[in-house]
Amino acid sequence: MRAPPMTIATHRLSELDVLESEAIHVIREVVAEFERPVLLFSGGKDSVVVLHLAAKAFWPGTIPFSLLHVDTGHNFPEVLEFRDRTVAAHGVRLVVAQVQDYIDDGRLAERADGTRNPLQTMPLLDAIAAGRHDAVFGGARRDEDKARAKERILSLRDEFGQWDPRNQRPELWNLYNGRHTVGQHVRAFPISNWTELNVWRYIERENIELPPLYYAHEREVYRRDNMWRAISPVSPPRDDETVETRTVRYRTVGDMSCTGAVDSHAASVADVVREVGVSTITERGATRADDRISEAAMEDRKKEGYF
Amino acid sequence: MTLTIDTQASTENDIVAAPEGTLFRFATAGSVDDGKSTLVGRLLHDSKAILADQLEAVTRTSTERGFGGESGGIDFALLTDGLRAEREQGITIDVAYRYFATPARSFILADCPGHVQYTRNMVTGATTADAVIMLIDARKGVLEQTRRHLSVVALLRVPHVIVAVNKIDLLDYDEAAYREVEASVRLVTAELGIAEVLVIPVSALVGDNVVDRSERTPWYAGPSLLELLETLTVIDDLDERGQATEAFRLPVQLVLRPQGAVVVAPELADSYRDYRAYAGQVASGSIRVGDPVSVEPGGGTSTVTGIDFAGVALEEAFAPQSVALRLADDLDIARGAVIAAAGTLPPITRTLTADLFWLDPRPLAPGARVLLKFGTTVVQALISAVTGRLDLSTLAVEPATALAVNDIGQASIRLSRDLPVERYTQNRRSGAFLVIHPQDGATLAAGIVTAPGEPTRAGDGSGAGSEVSP
Ligand SMILES: Nc1nc2c(ncn2[C@@H]2O[C@H](COP(=O)(O)OP(=O)(O)O)[C@@H](O)[C@H]2O)c(=O)[nH]1
Repeated sequence: MRAPPMTIATHRLSELDVLESEAIHVIREVVAEFERPVLLFSGGKDSVVVLHLAAKAFWPGTIPFSLLHVDTGHNFPEVLEFRDRTVAAHGVRLVVAQVQDYIDDGRLAERADGTRNPLQTMPLLDAIAAGRHDAVFGGARRDEDKARAKERILSLRDEFGQWDPRNQRPELWNLYNGRHTVGQHVRAFPISNWTELNVWRYIERENIELPPLYYAHEREVYRRDNMWRAISPVSPPRDDETVETRTVRYRTVGDMSCTGAVDSHAASVADVVREVGVSTITERGATRADDRISEAAMEDRKKEGYF
Repeated sequence: MTLTIDTQASTENDIVAAPEGTLFRFATAGSVDDGKSTLVGRLLHDSKAILADQLEAVTRTSTERGFGGESGGIDFALLTDGLRAEREQGITIDVAYRYFATPARSFILADCPGHVQYTRNMVTGATTADAVIMLIDARKGVLEQTRRHLSVVALLRVPHVIVAVNKIDLLDYDEAAYREVEASVRLVTAELGIAEVLVIPVSALVGDNVVDRSERTPWYAGPSLLELLETLTVIDDLDERGQATEAFRLPVQLVLRPQGAVVVAPELADSYRDYRAYAGQVASGSIRVGDPVSVEPGGGTSTVTGIDFAGVALEEAFAPQSVALRLADDLDIARGAVIAAAGTLPPITRTLTADLFWLDPRPLAPGARVLLKFGTTVVQALISAVTGRLDLSTLAVEPATALAVNDIGQASIRLSRDLPVERYTQNRRSGAFLVIHPQDGATLAAGIVTAPGEPTRAGDGSGAGSEVSP
């Protein structure tokens, strides 16, 4: 039993307009208050959206900061190709930190499960220190995960990149407090308040290009942990796993060794928007093996300085 | 659980099929165990914002812990308690943000903890909220926490106040018992000067009046909680006459002066050589091309010649749009300046009185040197005196000389330089500020201007700053 609306409100901005303006405000605040911001850019859809917003924030000027990618060495080649093409189109500088370098010289050891996502933290913190970055933009969203839901838009990190969830600065009105002391830096999340559906609708509205594997394509896959895993040198099937060709797409693009695809025929942005709108499983639940390890997996990694 | 997603299966009434809606922000508050987490879980669940894998995890844990009964064996509170420490202690210790949508609207929910030492999170949630839902346990009625939270809501002028009288099932849906609680709520809100308060009898556990109106409360004729959330106005909406309710303000974030380093087509690059625009988010009101403006500091005046948004020329800009303004005259404008509709700037002053919501564990003593952040300006300031503190059990202002964490107090403040200072009751954005520790950068307090002090210079406005507050 539902009654008709009581008042007709006079709104002038749509949800996407409000979120876009909020994100641009955050990006401009960080650029104005910090010396050396950098944007974490993987070529994944969330970081692509943040880059697009940055371009809008400083039009007609160029984006006034560089980009940083921590490459696990297990990235999809088509994503790396897209990454480099996008960086060139925006005329920005990209620094790539290689997890492989750390493994080669023994600073990091390969994990038993072959997953390299948790290994990104050390190269990331080193790259932040080497670039003397005092602010690091990320494309994380609060709807991704329960621990992320408590993250501030501007989040202070200590020298070890650690996040202290019990001791966060209150965030009041739209007044962001970016003050920090030597050794500290700030992580800034301009699209904190966006949902997966918002991101896709924005990509559709703004006609933003993404790596092709976000859209339905045929791929040789096998089933593991309730996900379709791609065949690749770093994710070979075991003997008991059957390989088949299916029409799939990726909802997140990360490390090939732990990112799964979903069955999908969504070949265009409009198809994906429709698909995400009716999806019954969260993005991470569907496609990230590393977040399934425990209910608190993400929180533990964030405390240690992860994105 | 299978991961197959069939795009063909979508139907006409999916969220996606609805036109893109508006965004509504609300916060929930209440004392521990009043049922806040259960209510939030219920809203998310009944509006189908809980996805299968989340629900599966929660159902598994609920069963492990032997949760049974009315909700079909699901402890909805588990859906919202995010951090490990909270899961272990079973309490919500920090604001968590939740997102859900109905065909009518999308929602951002700030889930604020109820534990007394975390009142600061309530303040955090309330500063951005279009509405606050205060939860009360119907059996307990108005508690000290309820008063404390309602006074925060009143002082911060949250546009809509909803009081959900929860666990109505435990009162056997008894009207008389509910009316008693409702009356005591209205007594407090009247005392606090909250003009309109919407009181609803609900059961978060059973679902009465949360999404659908309940048949078990025939004596309640009002809307369900979700119906309210879907129809209330948002902060930046226009009034009945189609007017913005506050005067135009744009705090300048930075000056866009690309000096040749432009992204426009090469043949256009020349025309952008001298491009200069003031970037910022409209804090309040609206402005059109051709409108006269005043700028502080400096007191200059000019006319808007262009409103740019990433290559699109706009005729008008309004809150909360992020834009870049071009002006006819070459004024000395930098980050921290405020561009205002001509004739609306308050007098310029170096002193003010304010209400402070003290959020830091270190107490405030008079004579403290701090930084204040107003819009995009940071100024040095001295808290010259603490003049009072709100006694939350009587709601009266009692004398005080210091403030401790979670206190709401009144203070006199001296600024190191001239600022256009505006009452919070006049403008929610320009009348609000942060108090920041000058060394370690901690956010010490949320502040709202109650009165600007003696003007050092007149504003260009109608003396807005010296008006008596309503
Ligand atoms: N009977 C009844 N119990 C409720 C209701 N809402 C919450 N509870 C119970 O009250 C207790 C506290 O609820 P919770 O949501 O954790 O409270 P919070 O501390 O405010 O988040 C739990 O045992 C809930 O199951 C209600 O409407 N009716």
